[in-house]
Amino acid sequence: MYSELAGGLLIGLAAAVLWLGIGRISGMTGVMSSLFALNEPQRRWSLWFFIGLVAAYPLFHLAGAEAPMTITDDPRLLIAAGLLVGFGTYIGNGCTSGHGVCGMGRLSLRSVTATLVFMAAGIATVAVMNQLGGSV
Amino acid sequence: MNAILALVSGLLFGLGLLLSGMNDPAKVRAFLDIFGQWKPELMAVMGAAVVVFFFAFHWSKGRSQPFAGGEFHLPSLQRIDVRLIVGAVLFGVGWGLVGLCPGPALVDLLSFRPEIIWFLLALIAGNRLAHWLIGPARS
Repeated sequence: MYSELAGGLLIGLAAAVLWLGIGRISGMTGVMSSLFALNEPQRRWSLWFFIGLVAAYPLFHLAGAEAPMTITDDPRLLIAAGLLVGFGTYIGNGCTSGHGVCGMGRLSLRSVTATLVFMAAGIATVAVMNQLGGSV
Repeated sequence: MNAILALVSGLLFGLGLLLSGMNDPAKVRAFLDIFGQWKPELMAVMGAAVVVFFFAFHWSKGRSQPFAGGEFHLPSLQRIDVRLIVGAVLFGVGWGLVGLCPGPALVDLLSFRPEIIWFLLALIAGNRLAHWLIGPARS
């Protein structure tokens, strides 16, 4: 429980640094889309954010910490999920970070709605997959 | 200055995801499994992050500009429309299928696990497909 709480505080701090420091919302969907529009100077911060983000993994392990990861190895499932997440977050303008953390933190009704909807869809998907009995 | 702050923010964000276990798809799916073997611990992640950002956002209201200058880029979209709902549903289904949302997938990139690479390639394809087919939302 403490590591979840500490991790959440770090994520909140990261979002606070970006907002109070340079006035940007730390949304992963926006960052990812911006990586394809780096010719626009106002989006270049995204590249630096991205570099810091991916550097966390080797640094975390270098510090001797462990981050276990268990994931399906079915490529069809991975590809279907990636397409849905990529397409859905683009047209919904955000994901767990932009809507979930920043949007809810600034009490945006639009983001609270999005968060409730994607949480419900995620819960329903896991429930249906369990009903189908591990065949997927 | 903007580059350094963005780099630090990205690093903190990534460390937070790793420390909390948000980067572990099995843990995320167990969190979403409220009708089965529910593991509610991840609720603390979003709860803590939202509270911290709530105060940061509140603080920013008393300032005319961010510490590094420039302006606060508040999201302009406010309407709750079909586009938002459909996007959130598609995202949620994909999230439940494997247990990965965009941030954790990017954080896990340097694990070089083939599963992560497959997911990220599809994630980028979905993002670009939506960009070309539909384009950015306008307020």
